[in-house]
Amino acid sequence: MMGRSSKVIERDEVVVRFSGDSGDGMQLTGTLFSNTSAVFGNDISTFPDYPAEIRAPQGTIGGVSGFQVHFGHSEVFTPGDYADVLVAMNPAALKANAKWVKHGGTIIIDVDAFDAKNLEKAGYKTDDPITEDKLGDYHIIKAPITNLTKESLKDMGLDNKSILRSKNMYALGLVYWLFNRPMEHTTNYIKKKFAKNPLIVEANLKVLREGYNYGVIIQAVTPSYHINPAAIAKGKYRNINGNIATAWGLIAASKKANLELFLGSYPITPATEILQELSLRKDMGVKVFQAEDEIAGICTAIGASFAGDLAVTSTSGPGLALKGEAIGLAVIAELPLVIVNVQRGGPSTGLPTKTEQSDLMQALYGRNGESPCVVMAASSPINCFEYAFYAAKIAVEHMTPVILLTDGFLANGTQTWKIPDLADYPEIKAKRVAPEDEATWMPYQRDPETYVRSWVKVGTPGLMHRIGGLEKDEKTGGVSYDGENHERMVKYREAKIKYIENNIPEQDILGEPESDLLVVGWGGTFGHLFTAVEELSEEGVHVALAHFNYINPLPKNAHAVLKRYKKILVCELNLGQFANYLRMNYPDIQYRQFNKMQGLPFSVVELKEQFKKLLEE
Amino acid sequence: MSEECELKYTDFKSDLSVRWCAGCGDHAILNAVQKAMANLKVEPHNVAVISGIGCSSRFPYYMNTYGFHTIHGRASAVASGVKVANPNLKVWQITGDGDALAIGGNHFIHLIRRNIDINVILFNNQIYGLTKGQYSPTSKRGFISKTSPYGTVEDPFRPGELTLGARGQFFARTIDKEIKLSIEVMEEAARHKGTSIVEVLQNCVIYNDKTHEAITDKKYKADRTIILQHGEKMIFGVDNDKGLVMDGMDIKTVTIGQDGYTLDDILVHDAYTHHGAMHRKLSNMDFPELPVALGVIRSVKDNVYDVSVEQQLVDVQAKTSITTFEEMVNSGDVWEVE
Ligand SMILES: Cc1ncc(C[n+]2csc(CCOP(=O)(O)OP(=O)(O)O)c2C)c(N)n1
Ligand code: SF4
Ligand SMILES: [Mg+2]
Repeated sequence: MMGRSSKVIERDEVVVRFSGDSGDGMQLTGTLFSNTSAVFGNDISTFPDYPAEIRAPQGTIGGVSGFQVHFGHSEVFTPGDYADVLVAMNPAALKANAKWVKHGGTIIIDVDAFDAKNLEKAGYKTDDPITEDKLGDYHIIKAPITNLTKESLKDMGLDNKSILRSKNMYALGLVYWLFNRPMEHTTNYIKKKFAKNPLIVEANLKVLREGYNYGVIIQAVTPSYHINPAAIAKGKYRNINGNIATAWGLIAASKKANLELFLGSYPITPATEILQELSLRKDMGVKVFQAEDEIAGICTAIGASFAGDLAVTSTSGPGLALKGEAIGLAVIAELPLVIVNVQRGGPSTGLPTKTEQSDLMQALYGRNGESPCVVMAASSPINCFEYAFYAAKIAVEHMTPVILLTDGFLANGTQTWKIPDLADYPEIKAKRVAPEDEATWMPYQRDPETYVRSWVKVGTPGLMHRIGGLEKDEKTGGVSYDGENHERMVKYREAKIKYIENNIPEQDILGEPESDLLVVGWGGTFGHLFTAVEELSEEGVHVALAHFNYINPLPKNAHAVLKRYKKILVCELNLGQFANYLRMNYPDIQYRQFNKMQGLPFSVVELKEQFKKLLEE
Repeated sequence: MSEECELKYTDFKSDLSVRWCAGCGDHAILNAVQKAMANLKVEPHNVAVISGIGCSSRFPYYMNTYGFHTIHGRASAVASGVKVANPNLKVWQITGDGDALAIGGNHFIHLIRRNIDINVILFNNQIYGLTKGQYSPTSKRGFISKTSPYGTVEDPFRPGELTLGARGQFFARTIDKEIKLSIEVMEEAARHKGTSIVEVLQNCVIYNDKTHEAITDKKYKADRTIILQHGEKMIFGVDNDKGLVMDGMDIKTVTIGQDGYTLDDILVHDAYTHHGAMHRKLSNMDFPELPVALGVIRSVKDNVYDVSVEQQLVDVQAKTSITTFEEMVNSGDVWEVE
């Protein structure tokens, strides 16, 4: 690459946000940029932010689609609160995102899109959005992206629509210059993606290069950034989002369990991608049943589990509500089943594309009767893989439905993932009937320690039996209306779940264990909570963090951990569901709450403020 | 053990005592299913009997096979999962008119549309038996029950028509007490590849006694029902002298030798044609205008879902370069840090 005459800003980490109209290709632009940064050796975390409407009116705030990427030379755990660099392809994008740019940051706008009509559509009252939004202290790069793209492609014989479609590549080229990034990755991608259309390949590459060159031309007045690669462990890496990681974790579990994987599911945002990815994975032998509704999704999975498959159903909040009765069936039938619930804003249809943690109580208690199941939560896009794997392991080994909670933020967010070796993962072993026990075996006989019954595949000679949703005799599994038997069965089912605390890790404490303040979180808020705690620690402020992945049962030492602290602040994206759950389980402890319900993750800034305030109290 | 072996119907009886009311039509249906299974020579451990909720859905407990008494309306879905997970199993679904056509209507039509190889025995007593006598989606307009004390103001589903409307390829009808016919029909249903719907006109002695009596009573049966056989003339009646002919767009009953009708004019049943129009007319025939059709009304070969699922796995796996978990996670954009 060429030498630079401009000022270069050295940084440990940077946040870039690409934004434009839904049709401007910002998701692709952002993905290409983050993959390039990851290949370059930065640790990354990304988050897409797109409208619920497929085609919201062009040029309006409602139609703005964004993609944020945070990359750095040490580990990054969140996509970042505020952007150092914003790309705004039109006035609506600027309007929607200006408040998310760090004071004094860099904003690249396509000036050609800032005409009177678009300014009005975006809700600007004057023809000077920079002054109107008080962006005078920011470094604004006013690039005529549309016109330069048109100019560059005018002799190629492309139609106007195709020409305009390439303007995101111009913006991308310019951002590559800003960060001095190699473009091979993107070049290869374009060549492969449009292999059938050489003209489009040529056009995109040309525009990409010209965007980069535009940076060279304006460099005298524009500072660029330098971020060193991260010092990361040897190995193979890729970027992955939470949904794909979940799907792959389930596949990994099926391999380790030596079981066929069956998914019964119905599309719902933001869980659909799990269904789509597993539908693609016929190469891995996955059977996917796109059902007529969520009830059929789980019921086919229960049937597959009865037949001996590793059975899974995936959904989001409204779908989990529909599955309630069938989860109860899996509870009483004592069949293994994984239920993945990718949480979104509720109630009802709520905020389909936005994140929230408000299905916790539904997962724990949203069923008739005493109906305990395992509830666990992933806490980063990449550890969706781990937790999907362990959800399946627990389901199979403990003959129970397991609800795995992720959320829209984890599902769509990506991180750099060190590709794991399956050999490092434990075996998954179902309890089967030993040949010597066949003569005396009964369907609901349990292991005296774990309370687990054995799993008999339909088709096994000699072990025919009937199961169902009616209460059963504690041994034979035959229908029983006996009150005392019922009470024993209720207690066995509860004890079976409780026993699992022996097979899950103890709760650890991160940050500064010696502190007055323990921050408590669960699930998808980990990145933000951890970053806030780490940053405070660098500032000399000591805060401890207990972040929960296992919710039912809770880790064995959870009470002891909580008991150690003077002040406990439970932070969650709901009205306090986990806080209330802890109050119920450990009523001898005082809990304070910090809650947010804006469809957005916490920001590190607001968390730090809260923690400091509480420490000073 | 081989697929085929000598079996008695008692091999399919579980040791649980049957709990239906004395005189309930379900007893006879249980009997017929057990005998059909014995005739089919399928080993009990390869059979899964899946039911929903209702009196009829208690059925699996009485079968010495694998059985699953699931939740109300969802038997079609659970059975679909069993069959797709292991297509080698013989999957039978037991369901009531409420279970299949009210709460489970959605699953029922989609099961049929997909044509999964499952035999569905639909116990049609035109009432909710288990909840003690409320009208069902097959109760006739004006039917008086506990929840329709002044008579219903809605028209019923006709299960055959619904099946055909959902692209059903196999539909048959029988009567609970006609065990011989039931056995025949059930065997054909089991041999048919794809979803088979067998509607059994079932009597609930307690809450809807004699609901089918007008056609099932010995006195009238021969004149008010017709047993259809593929390739045979549509003839019925105590004296075998009545037949069905087309009259414009409609079917009508004639007496052979009267009004100039001869045996040659009588329609021949073709259960195997994929054209549904005639099957629909036949399945909709009702007393008193026409005899109620029994036997196999439609039996048509078509793509079978569970077979296609397996085939697609084979096809994709034959072409893909990704065969292991390692290859999958290493496909696409992957880089190495040395
Ligand atoms: C979710 C749910 N809703 C309602 C019921 C109550 N219920 C049980 S069986 C039944 C109707 C049964 O009628 P049908 O399916 O015709 O079976 P039958 O008893 O007549 O054989 C109803 C309404 C239930 N068990 N579950
Ligand atoms: S209530 Fe009716 S359907 Fe139910 S068992 Fe008794 S007779 Fe049979
Ligand atoms: Mg009924």
